[in-house]
Amino acid sequence: MKRDNFDALFDPKGVIVAGASTHPGKFGFVALHNLLAAGYKGKVFATNLEGTPVLGIDTVADIDDLPAGEADMVFVCTPAAANIELLRKCAGKGVRAAFITSAGYGEAGPKGIEAQHELVRIADELGILLAGPNGQGVISTPSSMCAQIVAPFPPRGRIGIASQSGNFVSSFMNYAQHYGVGVSRAVSAGNAAMVTVPDYLDFYADDPETAVGLAYVEGLADGREFFERIRAVAERMPLVLVKGGASEVGARAAASHTGSLATDDRVFDGACRQAGVVRAPSIEEAYEAAATFATQPLPKGPNVCVVTTAGGWGVVTADAVGRTRGLQLMPLPDDLRAALDQHLPPRWSRNNPIDLAGGETKDTIPTILEIAANHPDVDSVVFLGMGIQGNQGRMEKDGPFYPEHGLERIVSYHERQDRRFTQTAAEISDAVGKPILTATELSMADPSNPAVVGCRESGKLCYASANRAVTALAHLWDYARHRQRRGLD
Amino acid sequence: MGRTLSETDSKRLLAQHGVPVVAERIVASPDAAAAAAGEIGYPVVAKLCGDAIAHKTERGLVRLNLADADSVSAAAAELLAAATADDGDVAVLIAPMVKGNREFIAGLADDPQFGMTVMLGVGGVLAEALADVTFRLAPITRVDAEDMIDDLATQRLLGPFRGEPAVDRVRLVDVLVGLSDAAGANPDLVSADVNPLIVVDGQPVAVDALVELRA
Repeated sequence: MKRDNFDALFDPKGVIVAGASTHPGKFGFVALHNLLAAGYKGKVFATNLEGTPVLGIDTVADIDDLPAGEADMVFVCTPAAANIELLRKCAGKGVRAAFITSAGYGEAGPKGIEAQHELVRIADELGILLAGPNGQGVISTPSSMCAQIVAPFPPRGRIGIASQSGNFVSSFMNYAQHYGVGVSRAVSAGNAAMVTVPDYLDFYADDPETAVGLAYVEGLADGREFFERIRAVAERMPLVLVKGGASEVGARAAASHTGSLATDDRVFDGACRQAGVVRAPSIEEAYEAAATFATQPLPKGPNVCVVTTAGGWGVVTADAVGRTRGLQLMPLPDDLRAALDQHLPPRWSRNNPIDLAGGETKDTIPTILEIAANHPDVDSVVFLGMGIQGNQGRMEKDGPFYPEHGLERIVSYHERQDRRFTQTAAEISDAVGKPILTATELSMADPSNPAVVGCRESGKLCYASANRAVTALAHLWDYARHRQRRGLD
Repeated sequence: MGRTLSETDSKRLLAQHGVPVVAERIVASPDAAAAAAGEIGYPVVAKLCGDAIAHKTERGLVRLNLADADSVSAAAAELLAAATADDGDVAVLIAPMVKGNREFIAGLADDPQFGMTVMLGVGGVLAEALADVTFRLAPITRVDAEDMIDDLATQRLLGPFRGEPAVDRVRLVDVLVGLSDAAGANPDLVSADVNPLIVVDGQPVAVDALVELRA
């Protein structure tokens, strides 16, 4: 398929919802609802057998009654038997891409497989990109397009998602919704009859809206071809991959889900490493890795510096770095120690982790962070202990004494400080070109905490634990090192 | 199932592509065996060698640690006598008794999904239980081979170990890239096993090898 077919899928000037339903329990209703609710920027048309309006949109019973050249994408919720005729008529109106949600194809036995071959053949003949069938839909935030039969519609961002399982598209986007690090495009490949996960990733790799690919795959039709495709993708952008069916029991489940042959997982693992593809064992780890690639610069080396306001966090994070292959908890260089001595009371840790031991005044934290991040030996920073004061502030705000007893003033001060600290971390990271990852469980416990809000507002992920930040950082360094070793930069 | 090459021919094929192998002699008689051992230096090993012989250890066709001419010629006579009609043409292989505390395995295997793969793993009697192995798809580059070495979980085996120096990584890369090159140059190659790959004074050397070709 050509590039402009993908453009028609992701950034269409108009969309036809075929099979729009007045019944709110039907996919044909939900699809139109989601398209309208997300505020799609292009024109919206709909068909329905009775021609009755749905959600305030006038429908037509026949594609023939729609104007030509106004819509280049059709979102198909009609029964499989109607779709060939539908595609022919849509092609006549200028449609270049079709997303087929209809089931009854490759997943439905020999007759379905035959119907799927025929559908692909006709689409190919008509010059229509065929996404699906049997998929949940496609979203594209630059066009505010939510053409899918499920929620959510995530915030705009630079992660491009392609998945063999529609539900994992939703899972990834739910994380995006929670953390605020958003998505450019997402598509559920469904049966991938014409367009496969690597095809979408290949489009993303050259898409200016997308900085990182995030994919879920189960079975592979041809491992060697898949390897060559993802290697070509990973040369152009970071790619994070989850593969279902990695264990023996999982492989049996995948075979019954997708009907494809399983291979030795260690071979798949080696193929990913060789291709420079980041492989994650779980959906949340994959999302967090992708969100990190989307929002942090790549580290230039393995040296991690931990900055914390209190001891315990730093110690556990040091353990996490120590256990992680590739990363190093660098000893603190003498000149860096001396520079920090100027700004901290004698009880600070004087080593890595840099534990401020409560010795901070109003501007200490940004100062320390800036000095540490600027040191040439430091490749990345994990930043801990933010949000404590904001958390206390919340308790005070919710308590019976607020705003008296000086509480209003102190709470507002702490809120400003917490927010400023995490925002400053993002600014320093951008300025020095090194990753600075802020971690606190408040990211989950209280997303309204000012430290968490500060991360979110500066476009960064606030990691729910230091361990998860270290894991994400390890993926970044693996990818950066892969590129360095091969002279790809 | 394809056809296997003899140990000697397997090693010769892999050595052509840079896989380091032990120096060895092929002889046809007990006297020649003793003479070869004298040239190589004691102690030596003697093995019965032939295209059709794939499982020497299981059949008791390997004699280790032979310390003098008498034991070498006696072992060679026994091995030649142990050959069966199915073994076809056989000879006795005399090689230095290689000793090292560290063993690796390396090889080539044809994966049904990914095609030819290069493998590196920790060897020795615990190899299967440890299952510390890593794969890449052939062909591999030297950088890929270095990554494979980094992949092994048992990194301590690669550093200085029990009075022996660290493993020479360049030589280990030679083994892996050599295997990859051998696969590239021989489209009929189905699999190769280098087992054991013993580390002697830091240098990995193929002590046994088995190459299988398409029938």
